[in-house]
Amino acid sequence: MGWAIALHGGAGDIPRSLPPERRIPREAALRHCLDIGVVALKANKHPLDVVELVVRELENIPNYNAGRGSVLTTAGTVEMEACIMDGKTKKCGAVSGLTTVVNPISLARLVMEKTSHIYLAFDGAEAFAREQGVETVDPSHFITQENIERLNQAKEANRVQIDYTQPIQKEVKAETHIADGDSQIGTVGCVAVDNHGNLATATSTGGLVNKMVGRIGDTPIIGSGTYANRLCAVSATGKGEEIIRGTVARDVAALMEFKGLSLKEAAAYVVEESTPKGNVGLVAVSATGEVTMAFNTTGMFRACATEDGYTEIGIWPSPQT
Amino acid sequence: MGGWAIAVHGGAGVDPNLPTHRQEEAKKLLTRCLNIGISALRSNLPAIDVVELVVKELETDPPFNSGCGSALTAKGTVEMEASIMDGPKRRCGAVFGVTTVKNPISLARFVMEKSPHSYLAFSGAEEFARQQGVETVENDYFITGMLGMLKLAKEVNSILFDYRVPIESCSARAAATDSPLQMNGLPISIYAPETVGCVAVDSQGRCAAATSTGGLMNKMTCRIGCTPTIGAGTYACDLCGVSCTGEGEAIIRGTLAREVAAVMEYKGLNLQQAVDFVINERLDQGFAGLIAVSKNGEVACRFNTKGTFRGRWLGACATGDQCMLGGIWNQALWWESRRA
Repeated sequence: MGWAIALHGGAGDIPRSLPPERRIPREAALRHCLDIGVVALKANKHPLDVVELVVRELENIPNYNAGRGSVLTTAGTVEMEACIMDGKTKKCGAVSGLTTVVNPISLARLVMEKTSHIYLAFDGAEAFAREQGVETVDPSHFITQENIERLNQAKEANRVQIDYTQPIQKEVKAETHIADGDSQIGTVGCVAVDNHGNLATATSTGGLVNKMVGRIGDTPIIGSGTYANRLCAVSATGKGEEIIRGTVARDVAALMEFKGLSLKEAAAYVVEESTPKGNVGLVAVSATGEVTMAFNTTGMFRACATEDGYTEIGIWPSPQT
Repeated sequence: MGGWAIAVHGGAGVDPNLPTHRQEEAKKLLTRCLNIGISALRSNLPAIDVVELVVKELETDPPFNSGCGSALTAKGTVEMEASIMDGPKRRCGAVFGVTTVKNPISLARFVMEKSPHSYLAFSGAEEFARQQGVETVENDYFITGMLGMLKLAKEVNSILFDYRVPIESCSARAAATDSPLQMNGLPISIYAPETVGCVAVDSQGRCAAATSTGGLMNKMTCRIGCTPTIGAGTYACDLCGVSCTGEGEAIIRGTLAREVAAVMEYKGLNLQQAVDFVINERLDQGFAGLIAVSKNGEVACRFNTKGTFRGRWLGACATGDQCMLGGIWNQALWWESRRA
């Protein structure tokens, strides 16, 4: 027992050759966000507050695909989604199609706490944001040069991709209509448990590069990208369509509950057995203070810490695994 | 074992004052749709085609809350949602915020098969519909005498499921407003809209599920419920196909449809056990009903009756072995046996 926290900045085909000027700021951001989360847990903040805080921070950092720095739709616009869930009560809130809200995760929390609904989207979500007085800005605030370039690359290659771009390679997998085979990163998320066993999860994203306008991913789908109950809290990242089909977040919890697997075993099973390789990553914590970060992609930006002093910040698989 | 099976539901309504002629109308329509599904299965149409066909029929007919006859948002408009899932390979498609597409379930199918995504909404979904050439109509095509109900809902300042007594009947209206069902101390009714759904397994053991709705009467615009949420309102895999209706938020929290499959897969329960478990254990607060089929040709329909109200749930099912049409109405089963 004890508190634990884990966060991710996206899973995908992150090349080992990632240049330092791109790697270092992202690692620093992970460290920074982890510290914020740890400080909050040590100050006895409820995990819901902790995950919201950390994800807000990740949303504000332009290097990650959420909030500012979100990838662009095919129309060159930003459509953000987020989701938050409380393990004990299973209360949850989700939003999609946001264009002006600075911190989508906070709006998701307001949906959870201030409405009788779970999921609001597009105009309705934006209107709700104004009613609630959350901070909104001009949509251009969220758009970064890096993402404009990603979109152009994707259009040239005529594919939809998760945001971690490699330089354009020849299309290797063309048998399905689903653009596939390239870098897959997307989404930020955080899960936390305190030493009373309270669990929470939060996920936020801009989605897929060059996605169709109105495309919804796994992030706001309870049970797919985000899920928490009394046993564990999970936040997933990767190729949204695969995460939805695999009901990834719910499955981790279901395996623990129905098959008696441990957190680590359940997470490993989901990423290794039930989802196609190269598509999925997740972070999860259990009510007893365990933490796991599992992925079947080349890498996943991630960080975690537990009360007994364990800390990990990484991108690629750690040597032991 | 083996053989086809099919179930359809027309949602859950809890108004005990629903006039008999409306009950009969609903039962007749459901039976007709079931028969359409049965014929399709008999002619070896794959399950995924069958569920789409049946739900299209339910959407096209006004009595249920989907497509034509959808409940209205607070602004008096219609925003429809639908999702479909094909068991083998677990392909899925979902749409919400659909305002002009005549058959949202068919659009969901197009998303599954013709787009790189699983889920499209609002202008994106509408645009895709036009690209695909699906049939579209004006938004007011879907609005069928619901404006009166919307007005009533606003008056009692609650979000209502839509199985309400038509306002013509004044005494019933008075009874309805006095009834504890509407308020319950909550700003929203916890009762279910008449979402429609169909699950089927064909003679090759392939399962599929489809669900469609207009959502809650007087809902905030752009509120999304369980119907387009894969894993909540709809789910299908190798083992089974499931479609749920009821209080959307409870179904989402309980990831109900996936839950049925998960306990079958991870705990080895059979279909009926799984359905019973989920209804009994997984709905903390909230009213819901579900229909499910298994790859072995079994069918199960259940709804819960928690709370002080008298639950009423409309569903019907049939299997290849027995060809029985059955339903649950006012907590009583009705069955008619039929020869093949």
